[in-house]
Formats: sequence, C-alpha cells, structure tokens
Amino acid sequence: MLRIGRSRTTPLHLMLLPSVIVVLIYSYLPMVGLVIAFQKFNPAHLFSSPWVGFDNFKYVYYMPGSMQILWNTLTIALFKIVGMIVVPVTFALLLNEVGKSLFKKSFQTLIYLPNFLSWIIMGGVLIDILSPSDGIVNQGLGLFGIEPIYFLGDPFWFPITMIVSDIWKGFGFGTVIYLAALTSIDPSLYESARVDGANRWKQTIYITLPGMMPIIILMSVLSLGNVLNAGFDQIFNLYSASVYETGDIIDTFVYRLGIEQTQYSPATAIGLFKSVVSFTLISISYYLASRFADYRIF
Amino acid sequence: MNRYDTFGRRLFVVGNYIFLALTAILCLLPFINLLATSLSGSTAVAAGDVKFLPIDFNLKSYEFVMKSEQFSRALWVSVERVVLGVSVNMFLTILAAYSLSKEKRNFKWRGMYAWFFFVTILFSGGLIPWYVVISKTGLIDSIWALILPGALPVFNVIVLLNFFRGLPKELEEAAFMDGATHWTVLWRIFVPLSKPALATLALFCIVNHWNSWFEGLILMNRTENYPLQSYLQTIIINPENFISMARGEYSDLLNFVNARTSRAAQLFVGTLPILLVYPFLQKYFTSGLVLGSVKG
Repeated sequence: MLRIGRSRTTPLHLMLLPSVIVVLIYSYLPMVGLVIAFQKFNPAHLFSSPWVGFDNFKYVYYMPGSMQILWNTLTIALFKIVGMIVVPVTFALLLNEVGKSLFKKSFQTLIYLPNFLSWIIMGGVLIDILSPSDGIVNQGLGLFGIEPIYFLGDPFWFPITMIVSDIWKGFGFGTVIYLAALTSIDPSLYESARVDGANRWKQTIYITLPGMMPIIILMSVLSLGNVLNAGFDQIFNLYSASVYETGDIIDTFVYRLGIEQTQYSPATAIGLFKSVVSFTLISISYYLASRFADYRIF
Repeated sequence: MNRYDTFGRRLFVVGNYIFLALTAILCLLPFINLLATSLSGSTAVAAGDVKFLPIDFNLKSYEFVMKSEQFSRALWVSVERVVLGVSVNMFLTILAAYSLSKEKRNFKWRGMYAWFFFVTILFSGGLIPWYVVISKTGLIDSIWALILPGALPVFNVIVLLNFFRGLPKELEEAAFMDGATHWTVLWRIFVPLSKPALATLALFCIVNHWNSWFEGLILMNRTENYPLQSYLQTIIINPENFISMARGEYSDLLNFVNARTSRAAQLFVGTLPILLVYPFLQKYFTSGLVLGSVKG
C-alpha cells in the first residue's frame, strides 16, 4: 500500500474547508445560539442578552395548553411511526404474492409517487378533496347517506386525518424497502417448507416475516428519533385555530410563539427541550442499530 | 395461479389483486380529481359536478396562471434556486466525500471531520437560533439564504463516501505513483466512476430544493422573492388572494376561472418537474438507499 506523505494531506483539508465553514456558521453557531433559552433575548445583544436561568422553561411549562401540545405531538407521532411500519409491511407481503409482473411494478410506481411531492402540493390536494361543501370525499360519503365531515376543521377528525394522509404519502417508500428485503430471502427455504407440507400462509409466517425482521427492526429503531416530530410541514399547512386543542404540535407552537409573536427566548427553550430529547433518542437508536442490526453509517 | 392451487388460495389471489388495484386507484383518484378540476369550466366546478372527467374542457386556468406575473416570478426564483443550490450541494458533497473516504492511516483527521459533520444530524439549534444566525449574516431576502445554510447535505456525503470507498484502490494508487494530485484523482478517476451515484444524489438535491417551502416563507420578507412552493403555500391557504390580484388585460379570463380551478392548475404546474424526474428517481432510488447502508 502506497503511503501518502504528510504534505499530501493538505489538499484534503482544503477540500473540506468550505464545508467546515458553512457547517460551522449555519449548524454550530445556532447550537451556541441555544443559550438564548436561558436569557431574556434582546436583538441588540444577539447571544449575550441578560441571563434569566430557567425562567423561560418555567414560563412555557405553566403556559396554558403546553402539556396538551406535548401530548398531541406524542400521540400523532407515535401513530404515524407505528402505521409507517405496519402498512408498508402488509403491502410488501401482499405484493409479494403477486409475483413479478407489470401489475406489481405499476402499483409500486403509483404508491411511491406522493413521497416525492411536497406537503404544499399534498396539502393543496387534501384541502380540495376534503372540503365539506364540494370536496370529492364528502360527496362520496354522501352517497352512503353520511353527513359531510369537516376533516380539517373538527378537533376529533383532524389528528386522524393527519395520521392517515401522512401514511398515504409515505407508505410507498417503506413498501419498496421491505419488498427489496423480501427478494433477499433464500428461495430454498420456501422449497424445503413446501416439501414439509407448509402452505402459503405458514410460509409467510415462518419464513417471510422472520426474513424481513432485521430490516423491520432497523427501520423501527431508526424512526425512534421521530417521537417528537409529528410532521411540521403537514400540520402547518392544514391546521387552523379551530383544531389547536388536538392538532397543535411542538413545532407549530414554536413557530407561532417565536416567529409570529417574536418571543424568541421561550420558543428557544421549547426548541432546546425538543433537541435534547431527540438527540438522546437518535443516539440510542443509532447505538441499537449498530449493535443489533450491524448498521454502520460511516 | 396454477391448477394445483386450493380453492382458498385462488380466492386469496383474486381478492389480493382486487384489494391492491382498489388501493392504487384510491391513491390516484385525488390527483385525477384535481386534474379534472383544473381543466373544467368554473361554473361546473362551483356547482360540484366535476368528478374524474373535466366538464366544459378548457385550458383557461393554465392560461390564467401563466399570465400571472407573481406565478412566473416565483417559478423563476425556484429554477434559479435549483440550479445554484444543486451545483453548490454537489460540489461540496464531492469534495467532502473524497477527503472523508481516505483511510485513516493516510488521513488521520478523517474521524474528527466525519464526527464534526455527523453531529449536525444528531443535534440542531432549532428554529429560532437558526433564524437569528441567518438574519445576522445578512441573508434575509437573498437567494443565498435558501442555498448556504443547507449547502452541505451530510447524508449525501455519507452515501457518496461509502460509494467512493467501494471503488478499486489500485486505480488511485497507480495515479499517485504517476504523480497525480488529489484534485486530479478526484475529478479524473473518482467522479467518472461514480456517475450513477452522483446522478442519484443530484436528483435528491433537485427534489429537495424544488420542494422546500418553509425557508422561502420565513427568510424572504418580500413576496416577490418567494420560490414557487412558498408562493403556492400562500395560495393553498387562501386561493381567493390569487384571483383578487388578477387585473388588467387578463381579467376577462375571470369569467372562465375561479379560485378552485386556478389553484388546481397551479398545484399541477408545481408538480410537473417532479413528474418529469420521477422515472429516474424511481430507477435509482433503491440502489441509492442501499448505498448508504453498505459500509465500505
């Protein structure tokens, strides 16, 4: 192996320099900026405003509705995480029974597309089709004699709509991953199972599902970091004041408090709380993934 | 289905096909409904008659949208953003991935740099400090606000460095023997050998830049600096805005167009670039994803 001399690493440092500068300014400097969570922010002083200890945290904690927001975030996020595993696994198993065909390919193409559309486009589609007066969904329900449902304006339906539409947008991605995992299962396992008299159902339960388990576990573990991510892009574009009680989440609340009401310090305090919890969960998930699924990042 | 199958198995296969077909149709119908709305006359839409086929077929909504100065300006900002943003993303990604793909014994700082970048995936300053830093660096209302803060896509760097590590070492060693510099090895050997991986990453960057709307919304104070998705965000919230801004020579179109048809048309134009790159995305996506999880 040729050894590259000391002087020859200088170009490597130089190649990293622009990236280091950008990351330092736009990723690390904001981390330093988290100190404003412990200050009373004054734009003139930037990150050296007067210190107030944990006052901002107390302020947010005693703010009416703040615990409800945490609860909303957790429930919406957890249902999304679970749905994003169960639904794609189910569809991968069902598609696996179809065999290699044009049907299978077209199905994948169709369900995968929304994944690449922004929540602006998807939000626009949802607002249009879910409209209680002239949306196609309520017209369809009307055929069965169901009264129009205000999916985006009713506090009961709003979180359900968020969970279902998020799964609609995202399940194609998981399905493709799990299908790829299925193809790596050794076909001889199925042959010997058939010789032993196992039917398709038994083969699915005893060969296919266990064969998919490593990737299912990996995907679940990696989604652990999303426990406080209930989907800002989606909810921000679809919610309204009438569904705050069930639909307001940490990220939308931080936006309103910080950007709209310019209460920088309390908003940063919530942001810091979220960052710390997410950091802990993501670190644990990467640790678990590398320990049990042999997942390495670099 | 083969003739040795049991009745139950046949029933399942048929049921399975029907269920999957219904799901696919159900996923597609909203888009067909939207397309039909954008191509229909405004009276039929207002009456709620349009389902999956256009009624009073016309292209007036599209004409209306294309004549809108705001829409075309936002479209242009988006194009500018994608071209600049993707170039910067790819340039930084290639340089960083090359350096980080070196073996530790040749580049002992590798681990330190890798962690320096990786930490930003694990932890972030959150919305407010991020906003404060960008505004203090004077980027508000500049197109660079949409490009510089996310100039280095760390996940892409990881994918590419793993790909680089999988390339045969002999090529690079031979080049170094002949006195090649890192710069030549990177652009003459690594880059030509990684075209499929680079194409995948470029597609990701295109989709990301095209789709992102939040930065535009909060980092641009003046609406004429909005990229298309940020502008569309204001339209979906309040479609009447767009109609009320129509004036002058094309206001006669208002007889054929209403808030819903023009919104549907705008959403479709906003989707078009994604539809165009989608076949390529689909082809490369799974391979690209596998790249990331395979270590070199």
